[in-house]
Amino acid sequence: MIDKRVASLREAIAGIKSGAAVMIGGFGSSGIPFELIEALRQHGADDLTVISNNAGSHEIGIATLLRDRLVRKVVCTYPRSQGSVWFEKLYEEGAIELELMPQGTFAERMRAAGAGLGGFFTPTGYGTKLAEGKETREIDGVGYVLEPPLKADVALIKAHKGDKWGNLAYNTAGRNFNPVMAMAADMTIAEVEHIVELGELDPESVATPGIFVDRVVAQEGIV
Amino acid sequence: MTRLEPAQMAERLAQDIPDGSYVNLGIGMPVMVANYVPDGREVIYHSENGILGVGPTPEPGTEDPDLINAAKQYVTLIKGGCYFDTADSFAMMRGGHLDIAVLGGFQVSADGNLANWATDNEKYPPAVGGAMDLSVGAKTVYVLMRHTTKAGEPKILDACTYPLTGTGVVSRIYTDLAVLEITDNGPRVVELFGDNSFEDVQAVTGTRLLPPA
Repeated sequence: MIDKRVASLREAIAGIKSGAAVMIGGFGSSGIPFELIEALRQHGADDLTVISNNAGSHEIGIATLLRDRLVRKVVCTYPRSQGSVWFEKLYEEGAIELELMPQGTFAERMRAAGAGLGGFFTPTGYGTKLAEGKETREIDGVGYVLEPPLKADVALIKAHKGDKWGNLAYNTAGRNFNPVMAMAADMTIAEVEHIVELGELDPESVATPGIFVDRVVAQEGIV
Repeated sequence: MTRLEPAQMAERLAQDIPDGSYVNLGIGMPVMVANYVPDGREVIYHSENGILGVGPTPEPGTEDPDLINAAKQYVTLIKGGCYFDTADSFAMMRGGHLDIAVLGGFQVSADGNLANWATDNEKYPPAVGGAMDLSVGAKTVYVLMRHTTKAGEPKILDACTYPLTGTGVVSRIYTDLAVLEITDNGPRVVELFGDNSFEDVQAVTGTRLLPPA
């Protein structure tokens, strides 16, 4: 019998080790697994690599992992945002490593990892500082940069609804990076607003098929 | 010299968005363009976080916390709009499916290089977001920016001094003084605002301009 539901957030993040590479879905404040992040913070694993589009803001979400100094490195596209004080403070102190890449490259590197590809050539970044030291190739007169797949030990993602087989449906633009991260990690943990019965999700609305998901947990209202 | 205000700059650029276009508006001044596209033109706005058909700001109290634009402001979805994941969203950009990207700029070079994501301040953390993907992928890139920095230094130059976003990507520059088009022979002035003369604009530009045809 397949049942990916776990009873609590604590159980959902069990086994995440210090030093792990953790993808965290969301864009700005949209589609962020805030409760899983809080559970991870309480869990206490440190020396983490956080792979997420932004580097948190104010005193919520990823910013709290930075504040508690649980993160060694951030892999992202846009660490600055209104209220990204913790990232900026640690960056200025030299207390955090930053790997920055264009957003499309970030998404596609995760998709490549999830799709079993060894990488891809993208025109994005060609001739810029972000392509320095990378292999390039001219294809039909256009310059491309070789980008490798981007994997993680764990992905923390957020969906609107999920069932016990791990099928997920999202709310509006809350989808963003969650589907590609679900594909790219060894262990994908989904926080959902509602757990529904098998068959309740319209198959056409399933944006992340359950094969990519390992654990499903309902929100507990902790943040 | 006549200097347009940001809203007037956005309004001028909006006149050049054709009916039926798929358009991405960058963070900052570019998002204002949507307010001025002439009535009767159907334009579909793309947002990098996975929206086609971005609509106006929601009424207070009706915001959907997941429904935001690239600037992380609450938006709505127009009838006929749709959602998709980030990988598809950037496939739309890189794959040449977007007609127009309107981007802000720190600097543009005579041959259409764009610098808009990082300055030379090393202490300040860099952030790139979707700027590079948009600049290489959209069929047409319009840059909306002031002609000079606040200190009066030219932003249109022989070569950019800030890190590049994309090379040879800019089609047109809409500034507070003029509209310029990047040609094989360098930037050509296509429109001068108010009583600005070609010489006035040349004097605050860091590369040789071509006069209006």
